[in-house]
Formats: sequence, structure tokens, C-alpha cells
Amino acid sequence: MRVSYRLDSTLESVNQAEEVAMKTAAKAGFPEDEVHRIAMSVREAAVNAVLHGNAYDPGKKMTVGFETTANSLIITIADEGRGLDETEVPDPLSEENLLKQSGRGIFLIKAFMDEVKFRKLSPGTEITLIKHRGEEAAHKEGTQ
Amino acid sequence: MTMKSSTRQIDGVTIVDLSGRITLGEGSVVLRDLVRELLAKGNKKILLNLGDVTYIDSSGIGELVSAFTTVRNGGGELKLLNLTKKVHDLLQITKLYTVFDIKDDETQAIQSFARGA
Repeated sequence: MRVSYRLDSTLESVNQAEEVAMKTAAKAGFPEDEVHRIAMSVREAAVNAVLHGNAYDPGKKMTVGFETTANSLIITIADEGRGLDETEVPDPLSEENLLKQSGRGIFLIKAFMDEVKFRKLSPGTEITLIKHRGEEAAHKEGTQ
Repeated sequence: MTMKSSTRQIDGVTIVDLSGRITLGEGSVVLRDLVRELLAKGNKKILLNLGDVTYIDSSGIGELVSAFTTVRNGGGELKLLNLTKKVHDLLQITKLYTVFDIKDDETQAIQSFARGA
């Protein structure tokens, strides 16, 4: 099943995307720690979309999609901004960046999800977050 | 739940008890203002008690880093107390666990601040 939401470029939308991610991941049977990591990854991606992509522009929307398959939870988050080149994002673990205030969002997403893909839109960026379901998660689906 | 804070003074150390979420648009600005205010009032030994912080995102981590460097640049010390497992894991993943002075006992944390700093 695939569900998608078209949301305003606001922090309320970020919270909404995070809440839906939490419920969807729990329903898909992921353990609590993984639910937290998935929801946090969605929050980070949504912040990037609303803040850096759409720059809070009321004329631009964020689209968030959730799809639970037999093997995975697949989440897409798209903005309508000027585009992100992920290869240009500095490494937050390097010594010169360690004490910087920002720049850890994409790093955390990559640390928490199994697969992360970026796609350029015209205009905007779409990020796909994939978490594979272990046998335990698939078995628990629908029991939560 | 948005972030809440209260401060206590013990032996010249300002203990800031934080609870709730430190995230973009919720706790991060509050934390920034709080630390700047403490420094402006001459409080240079600051212990952030994160025991009741339920959630922190990358913006919240950024604010902790910013608070740390702001206090250090102002000639003071900022330490962290009572990390939850989630916050502990985040600081390890981001390599910040070695940057911060992290304590899990309040009395020992207070004693660890330099006398007269």
C-alpha cells in the first residue's frame, strides 16, 4: 500500500511527516529502536525539504510518500527547491567540521536507513529512504 | 512535548535541567537563549542535565555543540549529565562523544569543574 501527502513548507508539516513515519514503521512491525531511527530520518529529510529546499516558501510544497512492501518500508520526500547535490555535503565527522552547528542531517539519515537515494527533480530534490524488514518485522505487521 | 528548562546553583555550578524535545523550532532556540543568558550573567560553569530529554534531532545536536563552543569561547566550561541511550547513541555516531565532557553522576560532575574558573 502506498500513501502520499502533499504538505505546506512549515515545521508543522515536518512534525506531521515524522508522526506518520512513526506510526507506519510501528505498523510495519519494526522494533521500537528502528521506529525511532526511521522517524528521525524522515524528520531530518523533511527539515531539509522545508528549510533548505523550499525555504519556507508558501508557494512550494513537500510531498511525502510511504510504501510498505513485503521486504521493505520505502519513504520518499520531495521538495520543489533549487536542488541538492549530495556529493557537495561536507563530511560532519572530519576534524574541521566536527564543531560546526549544522550539516549532520544527511549523515544521520545514511547511518539509520539501509538505502538512501537522491534524485533531481525539475525543480527540486527527491530523497528515497529504504529500511528492509527482517522476518521479525514482517511477522509483527498488523499486530501493533 | 516541547522543551522545558529550570536552573539550579550548587557550589558555583549552574545545573540546567532540561526535559522534552530539543529539535528545530522547539527546544533549540530556547537552549541557545538560555546558555547565552547564563554566560551574560557570569555563570561560566554550566552542567546540562539531559536526563529527561526524550528526543533530540540534528538541530538539537547543533545547539549542544554551539552551546559548548560559546561557553568555552567565553572562558567557561559546559558539561553534559545523564544522557539517555538515544542521545548517547547520537553523540557516538556523530563523534561528539569525545568532544563533550559527559557525566552520569551529578555530585561527581559538580566536583569536576575547575575551582575558581
